[in-house]
Amino acid sequence: MREAILEERRGQVCVSGAGPLEMACNRDSLAGAVSQRACVFCGSRVVLYPIADALHLVHGPVGCAVYTWDIRGALSSGPELHRLSFSTDLQEKDVIFGGEDKLRAALDELIDRHSPKAAFVYSTCIVGLIGDDLEAVCREMTEKKGIPVIPVQSEGFKGNKREGYQAACKAMFTLVGTGDVSDVPPVSINILGDFNLAGEIWIIREYFERMGVTVVANITGDGRVDDIRRAHGAALNVVQCSGATLELAKMIQEKYGKPFIRASYLGIEDMAESLYAVAEHFKDVDPGIMERAEAVVRDELAKLLPSLEKFRKDLKGKKAAIYVGGAFKAFSLIKAFRHLGMKVVLVGSQTGTEEDYEELGKITDPGTIIVDDANPLELSHFIKEKDVDVFVGGVKERPIAFKLGVGFCDHNHERKEALEGFIGMYNFAKEIHASAMSPVWRFVPRRALAAGEKE
Amino acid sequence: MKDSPYVSTTNACKLCTPLGASMVFKGIKGCVPFLHGSQGCATYMRRYIISHYREPMDIASSALGEKQAVFGGGPNLKKGILNVMKKYDPEVIGVATTCLTETIGDDVARILWEFQKEFGDLDLPPLVHASTPSYSGTHMEGWRSAVKAICDQLVMEKAPERDAVNVMPGFVSSADMRHLKDIVEDFGLTPILVPDLSETLDGPALYDYENIPSGGTSLSDIRSMSGARGTLEFGRIMATASTGGQGLESRFGVKNHAIGLPIGLRESDAMFAALSGMSGEPMPRRHAMDRGRLVDAYVDGHKYVFGKRAVVYGEEDLVIGLVSFLAEIGVTPILAATGGKSNRFKDEIAKVCDILPEVPETRQGVDFFDIAEEAQGMAPDLLVGHSKGYRYAKAWNVPLVRVGFPIHDRFGGQRTLHLGYRGAQELFDRIVNAVLERNQTVSPVGYGYL
Repeated sequence: MREAILEERRGQVCVSGAGPLEMACNRDSLAGAVSQRACVFCGSRVVLYPIADALHLVHGPVGCAVYTWDIRGALSSGPELHRLSFSTDLQEKDVIFGGEDKLRAALDELIDRHSPKAAFVYSTCIVGLIGDDLEAVCREMTEKKGIPVIPVQSEGFKGNKREGYQAACKAMFTLVGTGDVSDVPPVSINILGDFNLAGEIWIIREYFERMGVTVVANITGDGRVDDIRRAHGAALNVVQCSGATLELAKMIQEKYGKPFIRASYLGIEDMAESLYAVAEHFKDVDPGIMERAEAVVRDELAKLLPSLEKFRKDLKGKKAAIYVGGAFKAFSLIKAFRHLGMKVVLVGSQTGTEEDYEELGKITDPGTIIVDDANPLELSHFIKEKDVDVFVGGVKERPIAFKLGVGFCDHNHERKEALEGFIGMYNFAKEIHASAMSPVWRFVPRRALAAGEKE
Repeated sequence: MKDSPYVSTTNACKLCTPLGASMVFKGIKGCVPFLHGSQGCATYMRRYIISHYREPMDIASSALGEKQAVFGGGPNLKKGILNVMKKYDPEVIGVATTCLTETIGDDVARILWEFQKEFGDLDLPPLVHASTPSYSGTHMEGWRSAVKAICDQLVMEKAPERDAVNVMPGFVSSADMRHLKDIVEDFGLTPILVPDLSETLDGPALYDYENIPSGGTSLSDIRSMSGARGTLEFGRIMATASTGGQGLESRFGVKNHAIGLPIGLRESDAMFAALSGMSGEPMPRRHAMDRGRLVDAYVDGHKYVFGKRAVVYGEEDLVIGLVSFLAEIGVTPILAATGGKSNRFKDEIAKVCDILPEVPETRQGVDFFDIAEEAQGMAPDLLVGHSKGYRYAKAWNVPLVRVGFPIHDRFGGQRTLHLGYRGAQELFDRIVNAVLERNQTVSPVGYGYL
């Protein structure tokens, strides 16, 4: 009775090129389908955790904290409090009698020990069930300790990662507007939606600085509480990453009247366009800015383009698959692969929206499989069907690729090389090349047989 | 009780209960582990496990949302099981609960009973279920619950006698499990491991993607455990609770041999003696030779490690085994620490350290903050434990010998051998070399002999 795609999931798999794409997305994950998605808590945790001088206390049983201990290796140029894993480690008696006292005591202890600039307190499934009043405890501790103690309403079962992103944005927004912005210059931005997993935010900041743009707050890679307090002072919010921080930009726009634009630092075109879009925004205030942006792009491309040639030569015509958390990343990856002469034949995301999938339908080649909230068996099925050469995804997708004799690029948790910015395009090409061109595939049974050798 | 003055937990030295149960279910042939709870639990654990094993680790979830948390998760559990049947065609489904479903009071046994009645016309796989609330115990309690659930729920009748040995190995590596199977076979007996992760989480490159990786202990072997010569159940702490092996003894008269995790010479001797007893065979020559070589190596290397001060941390039974081993090679275990809290840890550590003039400090129910606070003033030469102690080894500039689970910052954790004479040999070589490498690195002389 084995089925590759469950009946109820049929609407979440489309093929581009057959009219407008109608994806049934933003649904709850199907029971028993082995979704690659995590939960609300995960969404909040990954967005907030790179804020390096805040205390991140997970109020719940030990698992939620332990599996997210330094989960993506986000880098900091200073404090590294975010790399520790704090938990109230709720026990049976706390579940019965309530965990508020333990939470209070834990906050007291940890704030005294680490003197953080703020504390985020994450709610987990169990807290939502036993009815601890997180807000009240946080209010009380804010007063007692003299730092913002901010509740993050991220009970795992109350939706998917998207709701977690929103809870994180709400939590951050309580900080915005509480810092002095008198010295913020007019040509200034916040960088939203980069998490500095491999030092990317430093690369992007440097481009903006060369353009004469001041960055007020990194949200949240290499983030600092005091910077976020001043974020409302920046003239423009530049938002990367689909769902994660867009909500915060909208809240800032509504309350402080500061506009936002969307950006992507992946791949050549999107990176350059992001710089130009910022320059365009400020061109009346700073007439020389467009020229400086062009100079940045020109200088970087002069270094980058020749270095890509050798990779393109080897990679031309190879087939790629993409499965990522947010669909926005997929848009850029499709372009980046095109630049390498490769063809994307399968693309999917955990939390894409209808508009995201419509866009994917437009920018992919006809016949490309597009999938929402996929799972290991669907992904392995499509990879075989499309005879993919390289797969881009996260840790959970890696063994799917490798067991099928397919190259892999980790675009999430465990990568150590920057994949954003112009240098990131080089690193990306290098990694794709290293995986696709490795001699090991000739020994993998599936490839060996395809090459006509005996089993 | 926990040996810590603090309320908060920093960098926990334990994992949550359902992870242990998921691992056990993964070692049953054709089994899909299934967590009854919110989607995140399954995904987080998968990621954590995959980073160590680098193998597919599918865990299904009933993916409960807000509505189900209020009205009960039964319908989602049933639907989830049907979907797993459609996609995986499993031979067994192993259901473990989570804090969410334990707290809302879902009666999983009843839901599964209803399911079997409702869908009795389908060809249903056996369903095993373990209660694993994450707020109670550690991953090792989850492990034990799942092993016990398999014995209690799948072994229902006295099977014909067979020349087999049941082995409950505890949370050891895939390489350890392979080695255990070889050892039992060398005594002329058939090993039945619960669980057997030797292939399911360390499989070969194959032509096609396997929906459920092959390997694991088959249902028919599990059912035949009631006819085995005996059961080997590892873990001095494990033995003090109600276990699967004890159940097989009380229900079917299959003698349960509870021994420590066989790490080092003495605990391995106990395992080989038990196997000799069950098989009536003397120690096979190749293992006698391994033992001899191990003692020879102990002698060759003793001076390099004598008096080195080691901090050992991790799950209780693994720490006890490692401390026992370190004690017999002349390393001084100064601190043995664990996130578990069986209240037996201190006594068992004292027992395996009976050959030492002084027993190490022990701490149970602690996190890495406690461990670091305690160890900092002790000037350790060596850390022995999983990879999450790395930041402390780095801060103190001492080598970390990586053992157990998880090993997230090195390659090949699933192939690390700890058990038997051969495992001890591998550990001994690694520890001697860690000391030598450190000496060489800090020496101004680039010496070329040891």
